[in-house]
Amino acid sequence: MTTLQHYLLLSAMLFGIGLAGALVRRNAIIVLIGIELMLNAANLNFVAFWRFGPHPEAVTGLMFALFSIGIAAAEAAVGLALIIAVYRHYSSTHLDKLDSLKG
Amino acid sequence: MLITLAGAAGAMALRNLVHCALCLVLAFGGLAALYLQLGAEFIGFAQVLVYVGAVAVLIVFAILLTRNSETRVERLSAASVPLGLGIAVLVAGALGGAAWFSGFAPAAAAARPVAGVRSIGERLMTQYVLPLEVLGLLLTAALIGAVIIALKEPGEPG
Repeated sequence: MTTLQHYLLLSAMLFGIGLAGALVRRNAIIVLIGIELMLNAANLNFVAFWRFGPHPEAVTGLMFALFSIGIAAAEAAVGLALIIAVYRHYSSTHLDKLDSLKG
Repeated sequence: MLITLAGAAGAMALRNLVHCALCLVLAFGGLAALYLQLGAEFIGFAQVLVYVGAVAVLIVFAILLTRNSETRVERLSAASVPLGLGIAVLVAGALGGAAWFSGFAPAAAAARPVAGVRSIGERLMTQYVLPLEVLGLLLTAALIGAVIIALKEPGEPG
């Protein structure tokens, strides 16, 4: 029997994995993938709370997850375009090399 | 569940970028299965269309476009690894602990709620029509902006 707690725990672990990747890895694309994983963990929470919530007939959680997926798609498109633009200037997606603004 | 976690861990841990993208597809597919298991069919299929379809293809294209020999073997700066992992474990432990020990048991867990495409569509066209329009505008603006950012600048060689 999977309950709400199981889904919340899975979501927390997914968020932790995404956060670890975003903090540790130094490739811009991997960092973006980590951010996507964190967004997905939040979506899983929305849907789980909708499923086990007191008013599932009001589809609020589903709507929030749906709009969140749309925003995440826009974010991914802009983020990857930025990575490609940065790559064209620096010929690298390694984040440690993008230190032109460092004093 | 295990597939989702394994895919996510693989996407974050593997060295080869293409393997990372494939593991990411695995994680997204596992999430879509979880949505279906939760009874949210529409979200599950939207997840397959948007993430497994569009976002994964975008990421693979970005990997191919930014590919060169020196980024293949990624060197981690050793100082930030324990710090980053520690922060991530701390955050995940705090979130998971809060969820696990909060102790609220959902009462109506037995009844499987029905959210058909029909009710979602009716809500989208009545109660949520303004957010829907704003989201459409945002997506249009974001995609045009993405194209303009990624365009080759005039006068740039190659």
